[in-house]
Amino acid sequence: MFAFTVKRILQALFVMLIISLLGFSIKHEFGDPIRDMVGIQVSVKDREILRETMGLNDPFITQYARFLKNAAHGDLGTSFFYKKPAMHVILSKAPATIELVFASSLIVILISIPVGIFAAIKPRHWFSRIAMGGSIVGVSIPVFLTAILMIYLFSITLGWFPSYGRGETVDLWGWHTGLLTADGLRHLIMPAIALSSIMLPLFIRLIRSEMMEVLETEYIRFAYAKGLKKKRIWFIHAFKNTLLPVITVGGVQLGIMLAYTILTETVFQWAGMGFMFLESVQRSDTTLLVAYIIFVGGVFVIVNTMVDIIYGLVNPTIRVSGRK
Amino acid sequence: MEPILDIKNLDVKFALRTGTVTAIDNLSLSLAKGERLGIVGESGAGKSVMGFSIINLIRKPGYIANGSIYFRGEEISRYSEEEIRAIRGNRISTIFQDPMMALNPVLTIGTQMTEAILAHMDMTQEEAERIALEKLAKVHIPAPEKRLNQYPHEFSGGMRQRIIIAISLLTDPDLIIADEPTTALDVTIQAEIMDLLIELCESEGMSLILITHDLGVVSEVTERIAVMYAGRVIETGPTEAIIKNPQHPYTQGLLKALPESRTPGEPLYQIPGMMPTLTDIPPGCAFNPRCPMRGEICITKRPEAAFADEHTGHMAACHLVSGDLAS
Ligand SMILES: Nc1ncnc2c1ncn2[C@@H]1O[C@H](COP(=O)(O)OP(=O)(O)OP(=O)(O)O)[C@@H](O)[C@H]1O
Ligand code: SF4
Ligand SMILES: [Mg+2]
Repeated sequence: MFAFTVKRILQALFVMLIISLLGFSIKHEFGDPIRDMVGIQVSVKDREILRETMGLNDPFITQYARFLKNAAHGDLGTSFFYKKPAMHVILSKAPATIELVFASSLIVILISIPVGIFAAIKPRHWFSRIAMGGSIVGVSIPVFLTAILMIYLFSITLGWFPSYGRGETVDLWGWHTGLLTADGLRHLIMPAIALSSIMLPLFIRLIRSEMMEVLETEYIRFAYAKGLKKKRIWFIHAFKNTLLPVITVGGVQLGIMLAYTILTETVFQWAGMGFMFLESVQRSDTTLLVAYIIFVGGVFVIVNTMVDIIYGLVNPTIRVSGRK
Repeated sequence: MEPILDIKNLDVKFALRTGTVTAIDNLSLSLAKGERLGIVGESGAGKSVMGFSIINLIRKPGYIANGSIYFRGEEISRYSEEEIRAIRGNRISTIFQDPMMALNPVLTIGTQMTEAILAHMDMTQEEAERIALEKLAKVHIPAPEKRLNQYPHEFSGGMRQRIIIAISLLTDPDLIIADEPTTALDVTIQAEIMDLLIELCESEGMSLILITHDLGVVSEVTERIAVMYAGRVIETGPTEAIIKNPQHPYTQGLLKALPESRTPGEPLYQIPGMMPTLTDIPPGCAFNPRCPMRGEICITKRPEAAFADEHTGHMAACHLVSGDLAS
């Protein structure tokens, strides 16, 4: 397990290196740090001097090394629009996004597991048929459409939920959370549902098909031959084996969900990183944009590495091969 | 003496999309307490379907269409789900063909053993573990205490089959159904496992149904044999009578195809043709397209089981035996 963990972490670092190279290339190509720093009054000549002293005329590799060194210290440059370190801006927006993703994941897990299992063990039941039919429709509706329809129905027509913003937040040691106020939760519900709307059908289908496959295996038949109760066979024998592939896919999907926050946050004006990203694109705030890519890439890699390690803990086969 | 298992006129069908097929056709068998019965036949004969139908665990869309199965005097084929569950793994244990597939990869051996005990007996986890250890020792697993926390993949195929046998012993069943228990194992381990099975049946007084396509194996292990072809028992009797004096041309063919009966220098004999699929079982005698003794009547009339030796109960379903066809 230790060797396995070390191997996964090294892989993760390698992926991060690639992401940073990509991010830096974007910055190198499209960014203009001089514009970010000075006003229009500064002459071309002064700009050129500034350029030289800042090392912007150095070879790509030297600049990239410098970028990496700074990044390792948590310095991803300064945002042109906010006039603050990009990392600070991102971190101040992160809680909103994390809470949104967290709430959506919770919805996905709490609904997809019971529904997926039920649809697998009772495939002919009317509820399973509706769930499966509904999930096909679900995956094919784009998130922003779901979001807009929800706003139209629940905010404008029925007036049940607010249509934008995070509502009232509480400061918990610098983390602005909306999870602790009734108003914050009310604001969270619709964006969270909208964001979960693509993942939910996918997970229901995944859990159902994995579970059905497991239920056909010899070891399940053997479990029946041992005279075990159905509930034990379903929830202990079959579900544990269903979980393995679901965990792997789950990690990847969580990353994809981060990408979808850009859409969801924009529609609901949710002051998170996704919304910030779109704004930074509109403002050509290259530094912030690249910082976002690297930050989200990092989160993605960390989550996936953790998922792999958890997978190793659940799956005894991997644990032993890692032990060698 | 009352038989422990008595199957009467069993029909098992599969409701396929293209129509219903009969996998077990009017099958009758009985088994005395402590007796070892071998079920022999080529692939597709219906041996496994027969074995699983006893504990009502036929794969969908299979179902028992007709007949009855008496176990210890009770008709179990019409039992409810809960009633048959109380028999499965408790009074009747099953050993599967492939030990690599029969154990759950994510649960420890200890869990997979104790749960089988706790499903049928009211006792504590500690007591169940004690029984598990006792049975692991009985199947000659070294250092059983260390095994309970291990996972299936940490064992070799032979060891896993021993564990499965240990699982089948947990509740001291009356009957063990072993479906090709050694086919997936190395030749050297096959004999060990078979010896272990005989030893256990004798010491525990259990009955055994040994399903295999290998007449050689059953002749060493069992006291009686039933030969199956296309879902029917076509010959049955004491092992010795079947081996020494086979009546049905199919049984004769199976014996001739054994490596032991091969004449040096000649290729191994094979019965020509193949077992028919369930959708096109030939009319008359199902074996007739492959039979070297076939006569007119074999194509039109289905042979009924007839005694070859009333005294030993040696029977065969062939027109040659009933006298309808002169040899
Ligand atoms: N789930 C199923 N659906 C349809 N047909 C089935 C099913 N299971 C078994 N059969 C059919 O029933 C017949 C008997 O199968 P069975 O598995 O009992 O054969 P077998 O004698 O055990 O052969 P083998 O030596 O290959 O294990 C075969 O023709 C098979 O195609
Ligand atoms: S009944 Fe006829 S075809 Fe069938 S086995 Fe006997 S001789 Fe052969
Ligand atoms: Mg079989």
